Amino acid sequence: MKNRRNRILAAPYVGWMAVFVVIPLFLVVLYAFGFDSKEGFTLGNFTQIHQYAGIFANSFVLALFATAICLLLGYPAAYFLAREVPAVRRLATIIIMLPMWMNFLLRTYSWMSLLENTGLINRFLRAIHFFDLFGPEKGYFTMINTPGAVVLGMVYNFLPFMILPIFSVIDKIDNRVIEAAQDLGADSVTVFSRIIFPLSLPGVLSGITMVFIPSVSTFVISKLLGGGKTILLGDLIDMQFYGSTYNPHLGSAISLVMMVLVMAAMALMNRFGAGEEEAMLF
Amino acid sequence: MFNWGEYIDESLLETFEEQTGIKVNYKTFPDNETLYSTLQSSMGEYDVIIPSDYMIARMIDEEMLERIDLNNIPNYEKISDSYKHLDYDPGNEYSVPYTWGTVGLIYNTTMVSEAPTSWKALWDEQYKGQILMFDNSRDCIGIALKVLGYSFNTTDEAQIKEAVDLLIEQAPLVQAYVMDQIFDKLEVGEAAMGPYYAGDAITMMESNPDLAFVLPEEGANLFVDAMCIPKGAPNKENAEAFINFMCSDEAAVANCEYIGYSTPSDSAREKLEPELAQNPIAYPDEETLSRCETFINLPEEILKLYDSEWLRLKGAGG
Repeated sequence: MKNRRNRILAAPYVGWMAVFVVIPLFLVVLYAFGFDSKEGFTLGNFTQIHQYAGIFANSFVLALFATAICLLLGYPAAYFLAREVPAVRRLATIIIMLPMWMNFLLRTYSWMSLLENTGLINRFLRAIHFFDLFGPEKGYFTMINTPGAVVLGMVYNFLPFMILPIFSVIDKIDNRVIEAAQDLGADSVTVFSRIIFPLSLPGVLSGITMVFIPSVSTFVISKLLGGGKTILLGDLIDMQFYGSTYNPHLGSAISLVMMVLVMAAMALMNRFGAGEEEAMLF
Repeated sequence: MFNWGEYIDESLLETFEEQTGIKVNYKTFPDNETLYSTLQSSMGEYDVIIPSDYMIARMIDEEMLERIDLNNIPNYEKISDSYKHLDYDPGNEYSVPYTWGTVGLIYNTTMVSEAPTSWKALWDEQYKGQILMFDNSRDCIGIALKVLGYSFNTTDEAQIKEAVDLLIEQAPLVQAYVMDQIFDKLEVGEAAMGPYYAGDAITMMESNPDLAFVLPEEGANLFVDAMCIPKGAPNKENAEAFINFMCSDEAAVANCEYIGYSTPSDSAREKLEPELAQNPIAYPDEETLSRCETFINLPEEILKLYDSEWLRLKGAGG
C-alpha cells in the first residue's frame, strides 16, 4: 500500500521530468544526428566540431578557474559556518542566499556598472585620488571586458552553490569522531586532513559539480562582462539557434558533446570521492 | 498577426476591430530568426507577419510566403516609390513596407577630437578602448565590407575574409562587442562611439544630448520591415484588409509616432509631428539615402562562412 501511495505522490514530478527534461534531451540527441534536416541522418554535425576546439578549451579553463576560486573561498566559509552557534548560522545562510532572491541577469548587469571604466569602483578610486599614485595619465583600472571579469561573474553568481553543500556535509559530521581523534593524540592539522576533509568530500564534489556545470555553459556572463570578446560554449550554442546562421542541428551536436565531456569529467572526479548521494544542498 | 515586441501602437488593433469587425489575435517575436523557426513549425496559423528585408528574401526563396493581391490594398499607392521594388522583393509581390530605418555611427561629441564622417573612425588609434562594435556577424562584418568599398551582400569569399582581417586588426581598439548594452555604454560616456540603429539613436540622444548620429560616407545599411502573408494563412482576405488599414494615414501616423521608426508612406509623413518628420536622423535626404544598401539573404555556404569567420575574429580578440 505504502509503496503505491509513494508512487502516486511521485507521479507529478516524474511527469514534469519526462516532459521538460527527458523529452528535450531526447530531441537534442535526435537533432544532433540530423533528424528533420535536409541531409537526413548524419554524423556531419559532429565531424565539424573540431574547429571549435579553442572555444571548448577556453570555456573549460575559465570554468575551472571559477570553480577553483569558489572552492578556495567557499570551503573555509562553510567550515567556520558549520562550527558557529545556530543563530549565527541562520543569519549567515540568509546572507549567502540573499543575492539569489534577485534575478541573475539583474545582478550581472549590476557588475557591469560596477566594473566599467566610468563605473562605481573606478569613480570611487578617482574620488579618493588613488590614481595619483600612478602618475597623471592613468585614470582608471581596466576591469570589464576581460576574461578576469568573466571569471569574477561566475564566482559571484555560483559561490553559494559551493558553500551550501559543503556546509551541510560538515554540519553532519559527528563531533564524537573528531573527539576520538583528538583523544588518540591527533593535532588539529591531522584532525582536519585525516578526518574532517575526507568526510566532507561528498559536499566538495557536489559543490564542484554545481559550480562547474553552469560556469562552463554560461553565455550571459561572457556577453555582459566579457564584452563579447571571449566567446564561450554557451555563446556558440546560442549563435546556432538565434544567430544569423540558424542551425539547430549543429547547436544540438555541440550541446551534446559538451554534456558528454562534462559528464566524463564528473565521473572521473567522482571516482576519487566517496558516495555522492550523501551530499545534498541542505 | 505576428509582430516584433514593442513594435506597434496596440490601440490601433482596437480601431481596426471596430472598423471592420475582424478580430485581431496579436502575438510578438523577439527577432527574425525566432520568427523563422516558429513559422517552420506552425504554418497556417498566422495571417500577417512583419519580418525584415533579408528574412523576407529568405522566406520568398523557401516559398514560405503568399502573393499579396495589391488590388485589395488601395492604400498601397501611398507608399513612396523609394520603398517599392527593393532588392529583397524586386517584383513587389510578397511584401508591403511597414517601417524603415538606417544603421549609422553614434558618437559622443565631447569624446571625439573631430566629428567622424566615415566608418574609418572606428579604426582610429586615438579612440583605443572607446569603440563599440555590433555583436552580430552580419552587421559587424558589413561595416568592414563598406570600409573596403564592397557590397553588404557580396558572395565573394575573398572579400569577406579581407573584411574580417580588417576587424581582427581593429579588435585591440574595441572596448566591447554589444547589442542593446550600447544604450547604457553610450549614454553614460563609457564609450566614445559605436554603430547602431537610427531609431534607437534618437532615443539615446534624448537622454544624453552630447550624442550625435552620422550616416558614414561609405554608405550604411537601410533596413525595411514589411508586412507579409505566410503560406497557408487561414484568413487571407482579412490579412489584406489589415495591411491596407496599416497603410492608411491615420494608422501609419499614430504608429510611427508611437514606435519612433520611419514610415514609408509619403502622405503619412506629411501628417507627422514636424519635429519627427524633419528629423534628418529618421528621414535623411535623398543623397544620403542613395548611399545606403539593404541586406538581402545570402546563400547558405556564405552564411556558414560568416559563422566561421566570425569565430575567427572572436578567437583573435580573446
